[in-house]
Amino acid sequence: MTQWRGEREARDARIAAGRAHADGKVVPAGSVVDLLEAVLRPGDRVCLEGDNQKQADCLARGLAACDPGKVHDLHMVQSGIVLPEHLDVFETGIAKRLDYSYSGPQGARIAKMLYGGQIELGAVHTYLELFARYFVDLTPHVALIAGVSADRDGNLYTGPNTEDTPTVVEATAFKNGVVIAQVNQIVDQVPRVDIPGDRVDFVVEADTPFYVEPLFTRDPAAMTETQILIAMMAIKGIYAEYGIRRLNHGIGFGTAAIELLLPTYGEKLGLKGQICTHWALNPHPTLIPAIESGWVQQVHCFGSEVGMDRYIRARPDIFFTGADGSLRSNRAFCQTAGLYACDMFIGATLQIDLMGHSSTITQSRVAGFGGAPNMGSDPHGRRHPSDAWMKAGREGQVVGDPALMRGRKLVVQLVETFGEKLVPTFVEKLDALELAKKIGLELAPVMIYADDVTHIVTEEGIANLLLCRDADEREQAIRGVAGYTDVGRGRDRAKVEELRARGVIRRPEDLGIEPLDADRALLAAKSIKDLVHWSGGLYEPPAKFRNW
Amino acid sequence: MAGAHAASTDPDALSWYEATARQRVVALADPGSFREFLPPTERRMSPHLPLFDLPRAFDDGIVVGRAKLDGKTVLVAAQEGRFMGGAFGEIHGAKLVGLLRAALTLKPAAALILFDTGGVRLQEANAGETAIAETMRAIVDVRAAGIPVIGLIGGRAGCYGGGGLIAGTCSRLAVSEGGRISVSGPEVIETNKGAEEFDSRDRALVWRTMGGKHRRLIGGADAFCADSVSAFREAALDLIGRAPAFDLATLEAEQARLESRLARFGDCRDATDVWARLGVNDPDAVPAMDTRAFDETVARVREADHDAR
Amino acid sequence: MESLTFRHTTKKPLPGSVPNAITGVVASGNLEILLERVLPPDACEVAIETPIAGYGAVWEAVVADFVARAQPGGLRISINDGGARPDTVSLRLLQGARLMEA
Repeated sequence: MTQWRGEREARDARIAAGRAHADGKVVPAGSVVDLLEAVLRPGDRVCLEGDNQKQADCLARGLAACDPGKVHDLHMVQSGIVLPEHLDVFETGIAKRLDYSYSGPQGARIAKMLYGGQIELGAVHTYLELFARYFVDLTPHVALIAGVSADRDGNLYTGPNTEDTPTVVEATAFKNGVVIAQVNQIVDQVPRVDIPGDRVDFVVEADTPFYVEPLFTRDPAAMTETQILIAMMAIKGIYAEYGIRRLNHGIGFGTAAIELLLPTYGEKLGLKGQICTHWALNPHPTLIPAIESGWVQQVHCFGSEVGMDRYIRARPDIFFTGADGSLRSNRAFCQTAGLYACDMFIGATLQIDLMGHSSTITQSRVAGFGGAPNMGSDPHGRRHPSDAWMKAGREGQVVGDPALMRGRKLVVQLVETFGEKLVPTFVEKLDALELAKKIGLELAPVMIYADDVTHIVTEEGIANLLLCRDADEREQAIRGVAGYTDVGRGRDRAKVEELRARGVIRRPEDLGIEPLDADRALLAAKSIKDLVHWSGGLYEPPAKFRNW
Repeated sequence: MAGAHAASTDPDALSWYEATARQRVVALADPGSFREFLPPTERRMSPHLPLFDLPRAFDDGIVVGRAKLDGKTVLVAAQEGRFMGGAFGEIHGAKLVGLLRAALTLKPAAALILFDTGGVRLQEANAGETAIAETMRAIVDVRAAGIPVIGLIGGRAGCYGGGGLIAGTCSRLAVSEGGRISVSGPEVIETNKGAEEFDSRDRALVWRTMGGKHRRLIGGADAFCADSVSAFREAALDLIGRAPAFDLATLEAEQARLESRLARFGDCRDATDVWARLGVNDPDAVPAMDTRAFDETVARVREADHDAR
Repeated sequence: MESLTFRHTTKKPLPGSVPNAITGVVASGNLEILLERVLPPDACEVAIETPIAGYGAVWEAVVADFVARAQPGGLRISINDGGARPDTVSLRLLQGARLMEA
């Protein structure tokens, strides 16, 4: 006889087991381990919410403290591997298999554990891809999520860092899974309901507020002349040229420098209102001067940023906010916005090869992708035109019927030719390929494939890959902006000059930019304190960024 | 002028915190008046650093010379906080000591020390420690000769270790919000006493405890200035004009004042407790205050101004 | 420490009459450059002290490009390197040349 309700009955049994440790839905922090041991089954798929920012850290500690005799061989399906506990569980045997997206701070350890065979890796996904698989073949049995507060019915307020939570809960709660939320506080009434209570089975009042890392704060004091030069070139040679209004920025210093040059250099070029009006972006503190100067019309956010809450509350015309006034972010929607509704992605990477493939993976670090591969890809499903998109399409079109031409998303890599410790950004072969071989990955962890990249900007110039007509031109265009790296010094000088004459490569002087003008005086804010002033005292930077 | 190419040499626009030692000196002095002693072309570099495979600087991280300030001759020394944290080595220290001793014969209107230092260079610690002692002795002689010695503090490295001791012997000190004055640095305290006692990564705590505003409020510094070269210039001119006498009465008053400070604030757990006892209405608001609001707060605190620092 | 010296012949002397100039600071990822107008007008010498060994070919290329671009005839250029990237070196060299031309 066919059994149609097996999953539902299993879910009911798990919840019944968990209720023994709860008062209604509420579980004291001290009973987390008991709760998890009661609810979890060996081999479960578990999403332990580790977002870009918000971390279910109390539940992570609880999971790591479970008895591996009772809880083992879990299959972790979570976007971020951020906390040490996220990997500790693989050392004790509590977890065995992993599918994830991003592992910034744990990148080195994860590489070691993958190499040592302690982790059975499914795949390193993009955010959207992992979210998609939550609904197809990686649906969690149990989701361990984080919020700011909840009422006793489980209605959840995520706070400004809503991030992945709605997506994780959607996949788990509606497919017979169990949702356990940790909150900083149990309250009588939540400020707003981000997750309705009937999707939350247990609420744990955490021993300490969940941890949030200020990932998107770039201190203007650390910005270099080289980064400013690159930013000037990008603004004049790409933003202005294509009239980029809708865009997404990466999180590096290069794009932060662009944000800080808009009210100064951008203003001087008369670009206000012409570029950078609509954003899919975390609330970068470095965007404050541009917002305050009237450059920005609106910003949708993947997540929030530490210290930006009061500022965002005071600028509801710019940001998406709830009835309570605080930011409502949503990673899945913002990723979709970045993919389909933006004309440009611009961000940094660690390595670029001769064809323009790029990766943030080095032989000792597996940082993962996060959203970059989606942001940094040309979505073939796009069907709405824009001037920027159509112009890029025309540049890239070599053959075929012009009536059937479609546009192109601009995917711009903004890099310095050398990274920290004089490590070259341009390489003959990506370390990712070596790593893939070493740990037996079927698919090399490439962040952005060459055929998606349209421009590379370095301190030496801009390479417009759309205008390259064959593989050799492409290689020389890349070598031609690769500076003094081996790749750069290996250029065919005559060919590079020819590409320059055609505008495929453009030097600062070709753009009318004097490199010696690239000066910190151009930054709208030179310090975090300046950002506070720009915000009218609303921005409250975390202590580690203060010098007052 | 060497090193003058900068974000700006306009003293109003040039951030003291961001400027190099050379930029500070040039922009602080009357235009075109700075004459450097032992300039980089003399290549008086550290004999010790090559033994440690460390790069040297042509001026060993300190710029010394003579300049005019509002027409009056002053001697100036400026430490480069970005070279080895502005730390004292043998040559570095000798240049400062030599400059101060020269004051006895040159009789300038003042000697200015633009501190930006973490203390003594570990690689040449004996020479550095000796230099600290010699500098303090030289300052005493210069002050005894009736020449004020003014310390200006607002660089990245702050004024720590032996630099903090030397600052204590100066006639007057001016500090900006970004400037820090102390002897043991945050990391040293944390290493010795634990993060519970002092979390060096809590930068708000560091600045609350050692930063310019705190030093000004308790009278450890005599002037507070905005982070611009012109503000430091104005402060320097003002302080030269009101340097205290250097005599036994001043020293005894200083000792008495330090004893009463310890008695009054010794049990405070945080700088905000000290500020509250000083009569600051809203201590928590102090770190975020702009220069004007802070000046008004200082004006209401009696301890901030005292001949005996 | 690695010492490198490059000598070039230039087509012309660097304009201006400033006898010497210094720019930059010896700090991590930065460098100081001392320029002195002490050589014959068609000669340029660049002497480098760097704590990072093995980048001779890169220094050679950076210096050659600078000489070709700035024609710094007459200059002896001395560099104390703190591990600067080549682009920073180029920038400082050009900044130094501009100071000398003033």
